[in-house]
Amino acid sequence: MGEMRLYMAQRLSALVMAPLVLGHVAVMIYAVQGGLSAAEILGRTAGSVGWVLFYGLFALAVAVHAAIGLRTILREWAGLGGLVLNAAALAIFALLLAMGWRAVWAVTFSAGAAAAAAGGGA
Amino acid sequence: MSELPSLHVRVWRGTPEAGDYAAYEVPRYESQTVLDVVSWIQQHLDGALAYRYACRVGMCGSCAMTVNGVPRWTCRTHVGKVAEDGNLEIGPLANFPVIRDLAVDMDPFFEKWVKAGGVFHAGATRDDPVAEIDPAAETRQIADAGIECINCAVCYAACDTVAGNPDYLGPAALNRAWTLLNDAKDTGRAAILEAVTGDGGCHSCHTMGSCAAHCPNGLNPLESIAGLKRAAARSFFGKGS
Repeated sequence: MGEMRLYMAQRLSALVMAPLVLGHVAVMIYAVQGGLSAAEILGRTAGSVGWVLFYGLFALAVAVHAAIGLRTILREWAGLGGLVLNAAALAIFALLLAMGWRAVWAVTFSAGAAAAAAGGGA
Repeated sequence: MSELPSLHVRVWRGTPEAGDYAAYEVPRYESQTVLDVVSWIQQHLDGALAYRYACRVGMCGSCAMTVNGVPRWTCRTHVGKVAEDGNLEIGPLANFPVIRDLAVDMDPFFEKWVKAGGVFHAGATRDDPVAEIDPAAETRQIADAGIECINCAVCYAACDTVAGNPDYLGPAALNRAWTLLNDAKDTGRAAILEAVTGDGGCHSCHTMGSCAAHCPNGLNPLESIAGLKRAAARSFFGKGS
């Protein structure tokens, strides 16, 4: 049932991503209306529980979805299999999640984010 | 006798390790099939040519070959429809080990048919009354849509997922599993779902549809595989198996 679980995990992560992508794009369009500045973005994200949950979940769903998809590609196009294949997929998952969550943390809780929020935030 | 210009035919000779296409000139006739061409070569030019056929009328599923790059049942494929400027290139089916020339080893194909749960799971004996099946029942109609498979393996040869993933059960085997899943007489529902959701099962399908595009009997294994995915998902969430 391993393949079945991976299949369902990829579909469910897609289901999670769909509204988040729309939200992300909508905010992007809204945000660039008056030009884009780091301070403006950080002013919105710094210390915001809502945006942490939004992008934290987004990054998790991306990591799950992409790792499973790349696992299939590695299997069919690179001929990987067994332990190597699963280790590669896990590494991709861990890398994407670490990068995603690190970025979410940086725009929310880091010193720079706090300073930006205090200085030029909306 | 033959007033039409002759055909330029290239036929694969040998094994994948040591082989090449050999050129033959074959007289052209009206209503000539690709299998006629191959047989003519074997009977008149080269008796050692290895190929496989039986019924010659599209029932047995043994004569499939690659004709000008496309997998086809050769007994029902007219030369006039596939020859390009009088040229025919005939090779063994793709995605199979070649035994010699045009004959491929079908064992992996039939082994996967069994591995997909394709053997009927009987729940009654000969002493039980004959099951009453309503031909209009939805599940019967679904099963009927897929049971005309003759196991010619054209779909399997056309499938890019089979080419990339040797463990993938393939369209024919999964189509068979789908017909059994919808057969009221089959009692192996759980076993079938288990078989088709394992490694190389229905979830490996990328929905490219070459199976449906090339099936000589006009079946739609793609739809059958989609049905298996839906049944597996319902089973996954515990809404009946």
